[in-house]
Formats: sequence, structure tokens, C-alpha cells
Amino acid sequence: MTSTESLIDRRQMAYIAAQASDARVNVELETEGMTLNIGPQHPATHGTLRIIARLDGEQVVWAEPSCGYMHRGYEKLTEVRTYPQVTALINRIDWLGSFANEVPFILAAEKLMEIEAPPRAQHIRTILFELSRIANVSLFLGDLGVQLGAVTPVFMAFRDREYVLNLIEAATGGRFHPNFDRIGGLKDDLPAGFVDETRVVMKKLRNFCDEIENLLFGNEIFQSRTRGIGVIPKDIALQYGLSGANLRASGVDWDLRRDQSLPMAWNKVDWKVWTHPDGDSFARCWIRLQEVRESTRIVDQLLDTIPSGPVMAKVPRIIKVPEGEAWVSTENPLGEMGYYVVSKGDLGPFRTKIRSASFNNISVVPWVMKGVYVPDIITILASLYFILGDIDR
Amino acid sequence: MNALLAADLPYWAQSLLRVLGGIVAVLLPAGTIVYVFLFKMMSFMQSRLGPMEAGPYGSLQLVAEVGKWLQKEDITPERADRFIFKIAPLVVLASTFLLVAVVPFGPDAWFTNFEAGVFYMLAVSSVSVLGILIAGWASANKYSLLGGLRAAGQLIAYELPMVLAVIGVIIQAGTMNLQQIVVAQNAGSIFGWDGLGNPYILTQFVGFIIFMIAVQAELTQTPFDMPIAESELVSGYMTEYSGFRFLTFFIAEFATAGVFALIASVLFLGGWGIPFAWFDWSTIDSVDDWMNVVGPLIMVTKMMLLAFIIMWVRFSYPRFREDQLQRFAWKALVPISLVNIMVTAILKVAF
Repeated sequence: MTSTESLIDRRQMAYIAAQASDARVNVELETEGMTLNIGPQHPATHGTLRIIARLDGEQVVWAEPSCGYMHRGYEKLTEVRTYPQVTALINRIDWLGSFANEVPFILAAEKLMEIEAPPRAQHIRTILFELSRIANVSLFLGDLGVQLGAVTPVFMAFRDREYVLNLIEAATGGRFHPNFDRIGGLKDDLPAGFVDETRVVMKKLRNFCDEIENLLFGNEIFQSRTRGIGVIPKDIALQYGLSGANLRASGVDWDLRRDQSLPMAWNKVDWKVWTHPDGDSFARCWIRLQEVRESTRIVDQLLDTIPSGPVMAKVPRIIKVPEGEAWVSTENPLGEMGYYVVSKGDLGPFRTKIRSASFNNISVVPWVMKGVYVPDIITILASLYFILGDIDR
Repeated sequence: MNALLAADLPYWAQSLLRVLGGIVAVLLPAGTIVYVFLFKMMSFMQSRLGPMEAGPYGSLQLVAEVGKWLQKEDITPERADRFIFKIAPLVVLASTFLLVAVVPFGPDAWFTNFEAGVFYMLAVSSVSVLGILIAGWASANKYSLLGGLRAAGQLIAYELPMVLAVIGVIIQAGTMNLQQIVVAQNAGSIFGWDGLGNPYILTQFVGFIIFMIAVQAELTQTPFDMPIAESELVSGYMTEYSGFRFLTFFIAEFATAGVFALIASVLFLGGWGIPFAWFDWSTIDSVDDWMNVVGPLIMVTKMMLLAFIIMWVRFSYPRFREDQLQRFAWKALVPISLVNIMVTAILKVAF
């Protein structure tokens, strides 16, 4: 090898080395995104929701919920069931507040048949509806702690929810899936001693709310984790079709229990619809806490004024619903739940469309997750409060 | 222990006894803390009974749990960095053993009487960071990686307030030897009254609080458990570990809690000692030999007290987000501990 050759060689080598180091610097400065797949099996998703999040470091660039892992086809199944059989299915939609699922469907069927439940049945329906709301939302209040790392509140929630479930069991015979509502009224009257026991339990639930407020909502860490996180402004909330506490937390004064005149007993008692101007995670949690308190108030007042009379209207033994279409929605624990029932005059519905609250509530996830940190994904999901059965029906 | 053994035992026998003593000193607090606090106290706080079936009041539950873990399959993920994945739990546990080596349990009951004990303690406590970081990296799991990175950031951030909190004690005691710190507290006096000695929790209260907060963060217990975060990262760096390796992590977590409680009791609560004035002792040489038996019991009592506080906080609080806890460390704890050092130094010169 001559000296010139080696010189060229060295120059070449230097050039290549410079290029390589340049390339390496560029590679090192560019950070690659990471796609984090939260779920379908993940403790924060209450079941099998999957959230695909593209991250830049710990910051979410893009997130999308992917549902359908627990789809059970209830809308289709209702077509091959008779009307009284449908309630057994739709109990399983929002499994924490099952009785509340039955009511709008039964009301829609009653609307088509042009009958109305007797006043006593309406009262008891409303009481059970609110009890299932308490059973549902009180678990949310405990679960909120677990999502944020505090393990104790959830056991308090389970402890006090047990009393409510006992009441529901006493009245209906089922703790989770009462299957108690009938077209034209209820299966049975209330058991003896129900009224007194319910009053005691409502007092316990109010204590539970105070306890949770002290333990969790007053905690500075909890506030710093939820205040200003996941803010959903009023117009966005309306555009995405949010309902229930999520909508009221964004400052929209909208509650179907008050705004609709259904054959239920809400209009006969004094209670308040709470709204919060902030629209952040804290507001959503706080609204739900107030909701439980209001529910205990509603139940307490309804217990005082249960009218006497039958719990079942006169309905034919074999129920055939006349031809027609009806839409009834109620303010369920998770938000607006409605049934659009199309009847062709048969024993069962021709077609049913179920509008469940959680499906719409999580549709805001891509919007609200943009730019939040990974830990906040969990806070926001917890505060949006969905139940998988309610998303995937 | 040294003086007791030095007389007639050969070196290998002494070493063996020390190793056995170290294992006891690590495993016994871990087991006690898990049973008393994790199983029982947590249950009572949550209005349930906890384990009741295995042994009287579930006292043998831990044996059952360990048996269960030992039976489980030792799974290594396919894409894991195998060697590193396997040694990571041992690195974390080793840090605990290294820590316990300098803790004095009595006038002669110590594993090693090390002049720069505090310095050594602070140095080896960060070895566990390495274990956690490599566990998170080697698991080949995104959740573990996030957990490992968070843990590294957090543990390094809280190392600093911990060091700064201890400096106040060092200034006051004038030594870095943990044994000497115990003696300085018990032989001391408060404005001439020596009935209580001078436990540094009284003069270094700010330092004590900062130290306990930093310990909470070092142990990655709630409210600083962002690296583990069961509800979001599904146990972070421990996600992929099963069976015996998970058990190792688990023991390390609670053993380290115990050892840090021991160290905190040495630094702030007077360690193994009782006020020397009670028995007219003046120096460590005049302390009676029976303190070698009573001392460890006193230490365990104080350890349980401090571990109770650690666990109490753990079960009550929600967790910080990692940027919030970094801010808390750098903007609150570090300045406060710096002021604490300054005030301590000024008062040390003044008195």
C-alpha cells in the first residue's frame, strides 16, 4: 500500500466516520413514540375496554378506545324474547344498578300498550331505581380511591353498598339482577319492615358520603390529581353526547328525572340537580357524591308518601304489545339510558335499540386524552365512570 | 456481637454467625411487618378481618403464602434479557442486606462498626434503584419499562432530601458512626436534664419528617408508589415476575421498610439505647452487657412504631403523579432540608 492510497483511505474513513456519527446524533436526538395498549385486560378498565394510546414519553399524543370485547348482542336477543323475558336480559347491561335498566324498557312497553302502573307501583319503582343508583354510584366513589392508589375507600364502599344490596334483595329476591319490573307494575309488594330498614340504611349511606368526602375529596393529593385534569367544556360535552353526571359536571343543567314527565314519582318530592362549572375530573366525582346524597333524600321522602293500593295494573296474561314505536329514556346511574322499541304486535319486540350512557360517555376519550400524562388516563377513565356491560351491551 | 464472639470463635464461625444474624435481621422484620400491618392492620382499617384460617388469627398465613409462591412456575418472558432479568430481584434484596450491616442493635450487638456508617447507608440504599431499573428494562414490557423509569427518577430525586435530612443529625452528633449517634443521643441532655437523653426527634423534628417522607418514597409506598401503581401500570417493574422472583421483590420491599425504620430509629429515636442517666452510664464501655439482649427488643419496638406510620400512610393516601412528586421533592423538601441544615449548624455553634 502506497502512502497516497493510505491517505485517501484515511480520508474516506474519516468521511464515513463523520457521516456515521452525524447519523447517530440524529438518531439519538429523535425520540420515537411508543404505543401503549391499555387493556383489554387491565385493572383500570373495569372489564375489557381497550385503549390504544400513542405516547411521547409519558404524554399521550393520541388515544382511542376500542370496545366490543364484551359484546353480547342484547339488541338482537330481545327480538327472540317475549316482553316479560327481556328484563332478564337487560339487567345485565349496567350490572351495578340493574333495576334501573329495566325501568325504561318497561315504560316503553307500557307506553305502547297505553297502560300505566298504579301509583304504589310507581313509587316503589322510583325507590328501587334510586336504591340501584346508590348501589352503583357508591361503588364508584370507593373505586375512585383504588384507581388513584388509595385502597381503603373501596372497602368502605363495599361495606355500605352491602346494606343497599340487602334492601334490594329483600324487596326483589335478587341482589344483582332483580328482574322485578313487570309491564303494568311490579312482581310483588314491598316486604314487611322494608320502610324502617331503608330509613336506617339511608342514614348510613349519608354517613358514608361524609366519610368519603373527608377521606378522599378533602385530600390534597386527590385534589391535585383531579382538579384541572381532563377538562371537558360545555360545548364539547354536548357535542359528544355526554349525559348524566359527566354532563352536569360540565355545567349543563340537565336531568331527565326532572325534565321529563314520566309515570314515576320523582316530581312528587323535593330534591336538587347539582351542576359544577369546572368540567374536570374532580367535578365529575363531586357531582356523583352529591347525587348519592340526593338519592338518599329522594328515597327518604318517598318512603313517607307511599300510597296504598295494588302494585299491578290490569294486564292480559299473555302480553301482546300493539303495533307502534316508542322511545323512553331515563336518567340512569351512568347517564341517559333509553330504549327505542319497535313493535309489530307480536309477543316480543320487532326491533330494539338500546341507548346506553357509557358508550357515549367514553366517546369523548380521544378528545379529552390528548396531551395528558399516562397516570391521568386512569383518573379520567375513572371519573368518566363507565361500566363495560353498558358500553358493549 | 463482635466482642462476645471475638474471644474464642474462629473467623469463619464469626462470619457464619453474622450471615445468619443478617438473614434473621432482614427476614424477621419483613415477616412481622407483612403479617401485623399488611395482613391485619390494613384489614382492620378496611373493616374486614384479614386472614383467619391459617393458624390462630391467620398467623401462619405468611407460611402459606411463601409456600404458594415457591410452587409457582418461574416464568421468564421470551424477549426478556434473561440474565439481567434473573438477577434484578437479587440486586434489590442485596441492597437490604447491605443496609442492615451497619445498624447497631446493642452496645456490642452489631454486624460491623463502621466509622462512615451514615455515608455507607445512604450509598447502598441506592443500589436498589439499579435493581429496579434493570428489572424494568429487562422485562421487555412497556408497563415495566415505564415503572422502572419512574422508579429511577423518583428514587434519585428523593435520595437528596434523605441525605440532607440526615446531615442535620450528623452535625448535631458530630459523627457519622451510627453507634456513636446512638450514644450521643442517650448520653445527651436537654438543657441539663438528662432523664430522657436527647433523642434527635426533638431537635431535628423537621429532619425526621423529611427523612420519613423520603423513606416512603424510597420504598415506593403510597403516596409515592407511581412506579408500582397497580391500577395503571399493573405493578410496574414487577409485572413480569412470578414465583420465587416475585417473592424476592416482595421480601425486599418489606424488609427494606423494616431496615429503614430501624435506621430512622437509630438516627432520631435513640436507637437501642435507654437514657444513660438512668443507670449512671456515661460512655459506651460502661453500658451493661444485658443491653445486648434488651437493645434489640427496644429497636424492634421502635421499628414497629415507625413501620406502623409508614403503613398507615400507605393505606390511607392516594398517589401523587410523578411530575407532582418530583416537584414536591425539588421545590419543597430540598429547600426545607437546606434551611434545616443551616439552622442546625448555627445553633450548634451558638450552644
